[in-house]
Amino acid sequence: MLQQLANGVFQGSVYALFAVGYALIFGVLDILNLAHQAVFMIGAFAAFWILTHLGANMVVAFLGSMVVCGLLGILLDRVAFAPLRRRRDTHFAGLITSIAAATMLEALAQGYFGAQDNRFPLDAVPSRIYTIHGVVILQLQLIILAVSLLLTIGLTVMLRATRLGKAIRAVAENPRAARLLGINVEWVIAESFFIASALGGAAGVLYGMLYSFSPTVGHDLELKGLAVIILGGMGSIPGAVIGGFVLGLVEVASIGLSSTSNLRDAIAFTLLFLVLVARPNGLLGRRAVREA
Amino acid sequence: MGGLQNFYAAHQALIYFMGINALLALSLYFTLAAGQLSLANAAFMGIGAYTAALLTIKLDAPFALAIAAGALLPALVAVPLGLPVLRLRGVFLAIATIAFGEVVRIVALNWGFTGGALGLSGIPAKTHLWHIALALVVTLYVLWRIRGSRMGYAFEAIREDESAAKTMGINTTYYKLAAFVLGAAVAGVAGGLSAHFIFFISPNDYGFSQAVDILVYAIVGGIGNFLGPVLGAWLITLIPEYLRSAKPFGVGAGWETLFLNGLILLLVVLFLPNGLVSLFGRFRRRPAPAPKAEESIVDVESAQA
Amino acid sequence: MSNLLRLDHVSRHFGGVRALDDVSLALEAGRIYGLIGPNGAGKTTLINLLTGLLPPSAGEIWFADTRIDRMPAYRIAALGMTRTYQNIRLFPAMSARENVQIGQHLVTRTGVWQRLLWLGSARQEEMALQGAALALLARVGLAAHAEQRADELAYGQQRRLEIARALASNPRLLLLDEPAAGMNHAEAAELAALIRSLATDGRTILLIEHNMGLVMSLCDHLIVLDFGRKIADGPAAVVSRDPAVIAAYLGAETAPDAAPEAARA
Repeated sequence: MLQQLANGVFQGSVYALFAVGYALIFGVLDILNLAHQAVFMIGAFAAFWILTHLGANMVVAFLGSMVVCGLLGILLDRVAFAPLRRRRDTHFAGLITSIAAATMLEALAQGYFGAQDNRFPLDAVPSRIYTIHGVVILQLQLIILAVSLLLTIGLTVMLRATRLGKAIRAVAENPRAARLLGINVEWVIAESFFIASALGGAAGVLYGMLYSFSPTVGHDLELKGLAVIILGGMGSIPGAVIGGFVLGLVEVASIGLSSTSNLRDAIAFTLLFLVLVARPNGLLGRRAVREA
Repeated sequence: MGGLQNFYAAHQALIYFMGINALLALSLYFTLAAGQLSLANAAFMGIGAYTAALLTIKLDAPFALAIAAGALLPALVAVPLGLPVLRLRGVFLAIATIAFGEVVRIVALNWGFTGGALGLSGIPAKTHLWHIALALVVTLYVLWRIRGSRMGYAFEAIREDESAAKTMGINTTYYKLAAFVLGAAVAGVAGGLSAHFIFFISPNDYGFSQAVDILVYAIVGGIGNFLGPVLGAWLITLIPEYLRSAKPFGVGAGWETLFLNGLILLLVVLFLPNGLVSLFGRFRRRPAPAPKAEESIVDVESAQA
Repeated sequence: MSNLLRLDHVSRHFGGVRALDDVSLALEAGRIYGLIGPNGAGKTTLINLLTGLLPPSAGEIWFADTRIDRMPAYRIAALGMTRTYQNIRLFPAMSARENVQIGQHLVTRTGVWQRLLWLGSARQEEMALQGAALALLARVGLAAHAEQRADELAYGQQRRLEIARALASNPRLLLLDEPAAGMNHAEAAELAALIRSLATDGRTILLIEHNMGLVMSLCDHLIVLDFGRKIADGPAAVVSRDPAVIAAYLGAETAPDAAPEAARA
């Protein structure tokens, strides 16, 4: 039971980190960035490349991957979202272009790395195992949880306390007013993308430390990420974090109900569906009201 | 005539797929024409495919009946699904339909009756080209007649400004549901027909990535006009063929096709927002319908002083 | 004869904001009513409540002896109430004629089945409806622009198109939300003539406007809102001299029935 709790928490920490990037972009732009999962995937592959081609250690790979993904995020905005900002159908079109971008990223990864599963080199990944009160915990899991929490807390602090964070929140609230206050909205959006994508990439690296990954690894997480942000409330960062942990726990708990991983997913999706229908604002979400 | 027959024999599968994909794109057109972004049509296709296939395999049902059932069951499912879900706006509707699709896929994967992960095999070969052509023609005819009718105007109004439409006496819930159900039925027919020429179906054939494919057909072709989705479906279906013949190895054009699909989709949305069909001048009058910036998740009016 | 429209102690809150506060009023058929008040007084909220886009937080609304405050908007429209919008909500990609035809939804008989079967009756009605739409466009002076896209029309033309669209279902009660906003003197005068002609059909009109010249020349009866409350309700001549009304608008400077230029809010 405690074991399940622990596993759920660790699982949830990766979901939470992933979902936070989703939520940030949605909060700022009111656009669902379906390319976020592709950035997640690139994060894993970027770290993989750094480890295998540059012979660097995990820390370097992790940070390097975050930077790469951050920059990728800015590129993504420039190519897939920025040209649409003035359009009347900006949300709908943005959804489609993000799908297009994700497809292209996935194709490129497949072309370069192949379609098979990959793992990080074993010596790069910590492998100690602890047993506390009869609960088996991998050192790896602890590291993942710690990193994940660190990044999420860092983001929350940044949003609350720094100038950039306040600018981001202003733009998320009302871009027109923010512009009038002298905030360079485009710059803020670019930085939001950098941060969100860096976090998404980080989630990818953490995921890759636990599981194998292929260019399609993002698909599964994409849908779960959606479930998480709906559950936690679109655009709410704390909601995404809580939602991520809830999903992790629900998934692990439902192993007791059925050993098939699929059925667990079905439960997650049914939950998502019910939340959407019954309580569309999720647990913590603000209403997605945006002044035109 | 021999040349044509040879061509047909060599490319039969391709032509069949072009027809099926056109049907799927049209099924999505119904919902998009009423301003709803639904990603449930792949799941509806799957329900139709399984229904029809199970009828022919287990009950040796006549083909026409199997296909009719394949249209009916998705339509019936669409009603209780649509009622709660169509209240949601834009992206949230899309997500709810994605969730629905995943649940259907997972149920099919785990249900012995549908063959579980192994799917259904040994489906008899019953589909001829004329079946597909007939389905296409009927669907196009219906869409043609809807345009300019009370229902057609209602769809357009809902798409452009749903709450203004309500104040004109349009029962938006009814029409959105009608579009949703019609789309489901057409997708079901496509499923039933395709099952009987690919002989083997499994739940993963009807998942999220297929739903995205259908969306790509429709967007690339353009949704200002009902011929757009057909055009888009044909183009996208032909790309791997073209790539296959262009590459010396004839390797299934895996990642290149994927990349090209993504690129085309991106370019179309950025530069040709009304799809390829808008290149034909006389269709230019109807630009792409666009759900407006969402005001709230559920269809509730925001405050006006 | 009972009232055409009746509001009983209607309120509408948004969080802590009382957009409408205990408003009661009654409209009789065949008159032109003006709904006036400073910006933010709750006029558009009231229209939204009437047309069913918003439910009231309290109170009842009755239209032609039917209770409508919880009714879906499309049913209220079917009872004979249509509206235009303060910020013009036409269907931009459709032609003027098509915009009007959408307004004909409630008076269209043939459904899609008759069209699928290509019945003659469908074609007949189609022609009749088109003719009616063109006639309406002619009535508002837009006959020449029937096939033009709505978003290509001039501002004043768009306003008139919205009115034509609202008329297409032959409503008993027509709600006009600031139809003269942004119009110059001449355009407003033309609009006044149009609105007057609509009322002679026996239609009831509720007009929200800031243009006092227009209001005074058209309306028999004025209802004044301020901060969500009704502060006056009576014949135009009486209300316009009501000190509370004058105070609400402009302090004590200008009476609402002063020369239009001076009173333009």
